Amino acid sequence: MGGSILGERVLRKEDPKFLTSGGKYVDDLLDEPLLQGALHVTYARSTVAHGRINSIDTSEAAGMPGVVAIFTAADLGLQPVPSSFNPAAARTLLASDKVRYVGEPIAAIISETREQGEDAAEMVFADYDVLPAYTDMMAAMAPDATLIYEACGSNIVFDTTALGIPANTGDDFFKDCEVVVRGEFMNQRVAPCPLEVRGSAVAWADGRLHQWISTQHAQGAHAPVAATNGVDPSQVRILTPDVGGGFGAKIGAYPEELLLGVLSKRVGKPLRWRESRSESMVALGHGRAQFQRVVIGGSRDGKVTHYQLHAFQDSGAFVDMGTILAPFMTRPMSSGVYAIPNIECHTTSVVTNTTPTVAYRGAGRPEATAAIERAMDLFAYEIGKDAAEVRRMNLIPKFMEPHTTVVGQTYDVGDYEESLNRALAAADYAGWRRKQAERRASGNVKQIGIGVSVYVEITGGVGNGEQAKIEILDDGSALVYTGTSPHGQGHATSWAMLASEKTGIPIDRIDLVWGDTDLTPVGSGTMGSRSLQQGGNAVYSVAGTLVEKAKAVAARLLEANEADIVLDTDRAVFHVAGTPAVTKTWADLAVAEKANGGLSHDEYIGVPGATFPFGSHVAVVEVDTETGKVTHIAHTACDDAGRVLNPMLLEGQIHGGVAQGAAQALLEEVAYDGDGNPITSNLADYAFISAAELPSVTVVHMETPTPVNLIGAKGIGESGTIGSTPALQSAVVDAVSHLGVRNIEMPCTPQRVWAAIAAAKK
Amino acid sequence: MKIQMTVNGVPRENDVEPRTLLVQYIREQLGLTGTNIGCDTSSCGACTVHVNGESVKSCTMLAAQADGTSVTTIEGLAKGDQMHPMQEAFMQNHGLQCGYCTPGMVMAAISLLEENPNPTEEDVRIGLEGNLCRCTGYHNIVQSVLAAAKK
Amino acid sequence: MIPAPFDYKRAGSAAEAISLIGQYGDEAKFLAGGHSLLPMMKLRLAQPAVLIDIARITDLSYIRESGDHIAIGALTRHHDVENSPVLKQHLPLLAHAASHVGDPQVRHRGTIGGSIAHADTASDLPATTLALGATYVVQGPNGTREIAAKDFYKSYFESDLAPDEMLTEIRVPKMNGAGWSFQKFNRRAQDWAIVGVAAWRRGNESGVGLVNMGPTPILASAVSSAIAGGASVADAAALATAEASPSSDLNASAEYREHLAKVLVRRALEQSSN
Repeated sequence: MGGSILGERVLRKEDPKFLTSGGKYVDDLLDEPLLQGALHVTYARSTVAHGRINSIDTSEAAGMPGVVAIFTAADLGLQPVPSSFNPAAARTLLASDKVRYVGEPIAAIISETREQGEDAAEMVFADYDVLPAYTDMMAAMAPDATLIYEACGSNIVFDTTALGIPANTGDDFFKDCEVVVRGEFMNQRVAPCPLEVRGSAVAWADGRLHQWISTQHAQGAHAPVAATNGVDPSQVRILTPDVGGGFGAKIGAYPEELLLGVLSKRVGKPLRWRESRSESMVALGHGRAQFQRVVIGGSRDGKVTHYQLHAFQDSGAFVDMGTILAPFMTRPMSSGVYAIPNIECHTTSVVTNTTPTVAYRGAGRPEATAAIERAMDLFAYEIGKDAAEVRRMNLIPKFMEPHTTVVGQTYDVGDYEESLNRALAAADYAGWRRKQAERRASGNVKQIGIGVSVYVEITGGVGNGEQAKIEILDDGSALVYTGTSPHGQGHATSWAMLASEKTGIPIDRIDLVWGDTDLTPVGSGTMGSRSLQQGGNAVYSVAGTLVEKAKAVAARLLEANEADIVLDTDRAVFHVAGTPAVTKTWADLAVAEKANGGLSHDEYIGVPGATFPFGSHVAVVEVDTETGKVTHIAHTACDDAGRVLNPMLLEGQIHGGVAQGAAQALLEEVAYDGDGNPITSNLADYAFISAAELPSVTVVHMETPTPVNLIGAKGIGESGTIGSTPALQSAVVDAVSHLGVRNIEMPCTPQRVWAAIAAAKK
Repeated sequence: MKIQMTVNGVPRENDVEPRTLLVQYIREQLGLTGTNIGCDTSSCGACTVHVNGESVKSCTMLAAQADGTSVTTIEGLAKGDQMHPMQEAFMQNHGLQCGYCTPGMVMAAISLLEENPNPTEEDVRIGLEGNLCRCTGYHNIVQSVLAAAKK
Repeated sequence: MIPAPFDYKRAGSAAEAISLIGQYGDEAKFLAGGHSLLPMMKLRLAQPAVLIDIARITDLSYIRESGDHIAIGALTRHHDVENSPVLKQHLPLLAHAASHVGDPQVRHRGTIGGSIAHADTASDLPATTLALGATYVVQGPNGTREIAAKDFYKSYFESDLAPDEMLTEIRVPKMNGAGWSFQKFNRRAQDWAIVGVAAWRRGNESGVGLVNMGPTPILASAVSSAIAGGASVADAAALATAEASPSSDLNASAEYREHLAKVLVRRALEQSSN
């Protein structure tokens, strides 16, 4: 794109602020006028995983220093709110009749200082009739299990058979297969752990509720906040400060946030709420938690003909977004990159007495990829062929026209084999196999393992487009209003690049407005890697339309035909073709248009559908066969997300995704004891991955543009996570496969590796 | 109780509760909100500042313990419009995304280079073991620190 | 989270500190670097009514050659232990072990005395000083006494330190050119050891200390006896768990810990024997 800024490594205009004074996150809004005099909210939480509430005694807490008020569900007259995904599962925002997980909010304490709230929260005493607590889905599904939501009639709260999709057939499905391999895998529960925990602040002013939320989607919170407060949405303004990461867990508004306006009304003061990390570990939604029964079959030469997946999705203690990821994300992507002619996928979602599950980077697609990649590995082991070659034999061949899989998903464009080739070459796969062979021959204590994954995923499946508005100010600078909601992705720079490309206005004179339901009422937020392909696409389109509008104004001012007007983007001026010295600036046009309502354009730009990024990862590990310790020594990622707007930002997303994917494969797991008590509920116990456990990542560029939007871009945000986890798990098993190991459950901790080696020896 | 310290070169004197953590004092009483709180087990390092020139997790110090010391926070690094070389390196190398871990990461990195001016990549990764980031995957943070070391 | 309320006192000398702790009894705790105590207080696992800040007793921060041993003031920070030229020369195992405590920020504040007094079996320095045959000097209202490290640790977070006593000095015999090794096995670099081994060897003499293999740091005497009796490294290491009683927890089963201890002791002895 000669002379274009698109495709360039533009440094972020956000950075000077973040690096010098720091971001302004919700807990930093100390000078906000509406929040002066704010009191603090602390939530007391259930210490029991499943129980009927007999009473909640707040009397002692109420008398403690600085406590202004304490409210329970009964005090507020809270009515049950049904889940959007299964209306029979209804809960009050503070627990009323039952508690269903450790950490569920049971009372709200309003205090003068945050410390006093913490002190008081310890003195709230609930009396429970303890019920059996289920942390295991199989136990929750047993016929005699105690129901978590009685009105659901079962702890199974969503099943694809209810959508008319038949259950998987039995072994008959594989009767024509020479080779059949079975596996059971736990795609374990993990905690999203954004560095900034949840927080929110509220103030009523002139009858309107102003609420700041650390969220990925202000517009999505608008209606639920209004409903909870019993007011019309026009009486609610949701604002988004800087947000310290979300990863999917900050998409939906949580009870703690929804209640703040109600509490503020009761005490007549603005309120601030911020959870502690320990609270966040049990009350911010969890990710993954999918148990998978897999069968794969085919011929001994390596052709896979049959694949069957039954995914059991742990919903946790509510029916939140986590419940529907298996049927609506895992199942449609269950065939992955492979041309397998016979596929069955059944998903069953089950409530348990654990933290509710939500979307977490990848949201159902890492699970789909992990299942089929593990299955391909098992198949390869069974027939004694190289795992990369077996994949290659079964890939859907390159396609530049839509391709519909047997599961019914239509992919846009794909060139899976090329991504595999590039990744293998860049990783020096052959070289690592040689090193591995040498170490095996010499019986070295430290063995090398190489894992390969090839994946495809779905992005932009949320929202059908996005709103964008661009307004030119009197000084010729521009304001871009977007319906996306950046929390680290760099939209202020990226959307400025797109607008600058069209208008010629320099990037440092283009500012971004987002996440404010008064200023950006329409928007689908930032999630599902949708932002560039829908939000950026809209900015790009609107910028183009604005240029055309501006040309008409310039024509008027220059007394020429519109068709003769040229926009010189290098100088950001309009002139008549052939007369470059006589110009009108964007500022001239904006001032001229003041009487007509200003120079701006505002439009919702739709896209026809989702896009399908794809790629291949190669992970290399070193395994100490005496201790089981795994070291991640190299990682190569070839991720194709279509046209690349800013390679620097793209790489950053891949790096971050790889780290979270590696964390799931090797380190992180949310654990509960037998009574449903969380035992990894702080960052010392939960093995949040650090720089010391990761290698640098070799990123291999590949761009196969999609026709689905103007830019040709897909979403890169989740690819790194989706591709890395299976490659790493595969590498660990590969390191010790010569000792007879075929599978190691994630996270592949040293103890699990050691146990697998010991078991294989027997 | 009364405490006094120099913060970013400015003498300060305030009343605090004994249990007030240094990070709370910095953020709430001095209004320097650049330093962030990311955990409650001294694991994440988002609260890292310099006390008498050394990196410290300000969530694991009482304000009272910092009485009489010189404290530097992220806000105290730049000189007017001129960023500190480490800040500059983070910007040049895309070492931040959401920015929440960044102030603590930058303070820890400066202290790391002061004690080891020519670190290897491994030295940097281990040297930042006490600073967690969820967005960047650390790759560009490491590049930023190595770039700053070359200056 | 934030600690429960408490009163704060500052001591300018060991005598003042002991006087204050005598006054408040078991309602009070000493605060040195605070990097063991404050995290517990923030989670409200500890709620002392009074904290006595001893960190400013500057004359308890020192590293001195004293004949055949090195005397280390209890308030010497891990950072200073790690970087001390005297220790690198005479007690390289200790200097190296200190470099593994926590992370750089922790090491700028935490002290060797605080770590030893905290008596956490999962900490690095108790086991290391135990392996090196250290003596701890303790001051109380009735004067000073010396306790051998092997007599100091009683159970989880429990030592021979009385509630009104203060650790003032750690005396460690010089290593005199002994080979040494420190093996810290953990999930992540910033974590406590799942199992750790601190070992030194000079000819037939050796000392092996185990981290997180029981309620207290363990002196692997059977291993040292075997080495003294001429056993091979492999045979000696097989006795690594003779005195140990490891627990099962989130990170490892007792069985896995026992396996690790044998492997790591063997590796530590191999490295110490070179």
